Amino acid sequence: MSDTQYLAASTIEEAVNAHSKANGSARFLAGGTDLLVQIKSGIRKPNLVIDVKKIVELNSIEEISENEFVVGASVSGVNLNRNKKFSKLWPGVLEAFRLIGSEQIQGRASLGGNICNGSPAGDSVPALIAAGCIALIAGPNGKREIPIEEFHIGPGKTVLDNGEMLVSLKFPKREINSSDAYLRMTPRTEMDIAVVGCGVNITFENNVCTAARVSLGAVAPTPLLIREASKIMVGSDLNSEILDKVSNICMDLCDPIDDKRGTIDYRTKVAGVLFKRATLTTIDRIKGN
Amino acid sequence: MAKIQVSTKINNENVDYLCEPHDTMLDVLRNQLELTGSKESCGSGDCGSCSIILDGELVCSCLMLAAEAEGSKLETIEGMSEGGKLHALQQKFLEKAALQCGICTPGFLMASKALLDHNPSPTETEVRFWLAGNLCRCTGYDKIVKAVLEVADDMKESA
Repeated sequence: MSDTQYLAASTIEEAVNAHSKANGSARFLAGGTDLLVQIKSGIRKPNLVIDVKKIVELNSIEEISENEFVVGASVSGVNLNRNKKFSKLWPGVLEAFRLIGSEQIQGRASLGGNICNGSPAGDSVPALIAAGCIALIAGPNGKREIPIEEFHIGPGKTVLDNGEMLVSLKFPKREINSSDAYLRMTPRTEMDIAVVGCGVNITFENNVCTAARVSLGAVAPTPLLIREASKIMVGSDLNSEILDKVSNICMDLCDPIDDKRGTIDYRTKVAGVLFKRATLTTIDRIKGN
Repeated sequence: MAKIQVSTKINNENVDYLCEPHDTMLDVLRNQLELTGSKESCGSGDCGSCSIILDGELVCSCLMLAAEAEGSKLETIEGMSEGGKLHALQQKFLEKAALQCGICTPGFLMASKALLDHNPSPTETEVRFWLAGNLCRCTGYDKIVKAVLEVADDMKESA
């Protein structure tokens, strides 16, 4: 890392310009809890590290209209946790983000960093996909927006082109009778990487599901949005037959790796179980239990 | 290559230093500023022995660049005692023998202080979860947890 330069950018424009000029040899630095480990171990050797934490848009949590939030890409876990209104509206997103690492890591690690690191097992991503977040991206050719489920194209690979930066995440306006949940399975209870993660986001009124999004992490090269789940769940009362049906779909769509932390069979089975549990937790939250 | 000039406040004193772009905060604390209480054990954010408090938040100083500290306020283990008097946590760790080899101790103390700063009366479960980012390979966790809980109780009685 001895040839690396450091730049603390104060505007999006400055960061984007510096990144595009570096022609692929620059990395954006938010919390640094992934990037510094990668640099120290030689996995990444950037010539330029661009610190984005001083850019206002990246470091703020804004309620742009009643119950509609935009969260900056470099906002840390402890800071998001302090926003009581956001925590109440999006408990699943918050619990997913807060599962990442220790308190020390939570003090630095950012939501945007977890997304841009591109791990198929990143805990925040299934919760954000279930939430229906839009990624706001800035680049040398201006701004663009894409649904977060289209952000990842493979392990460690995202849609970001040279010079492009994830600025913030736009959450849909939160409707009443809605909630979300994220559950993950890890061999240990803390400080571990998901073997399976599942995010569920539901609107449930008068015992009828009117909106549903389900996402799975760590069971495929990228986090998955289970589109078929929404079709079956919406209009139903989410009885056990419906949940069994969706659980089977979740298992069918799994395409996990086989490693020391979980076999293919195990990850697949757990995906179905976590979907059901996360859904029941979400319903409990909507009912205020 | 030009060094970066950084102005900070460390343990309530203004401290300016010059660092290389690749220096971590821990490198500068230990090798330049002679604040060697923060330890480097894993260097990858897993063990917590380099824990410091940065602008009120508990962080691993091995996972931040020294250049990132510009304008920040840092607390390290060296600033924990005041005027030669040990902090209540330090005193209780001694009384309860909440340390064995001592390498993890500065990190545990900083983490415990950050916990009590944010949450003055934690439950045992909250203490254990909060301290999950600090590893003690002598495996003396019980005494550490009890020491933190007792300090929280003492604080309540004296309040």
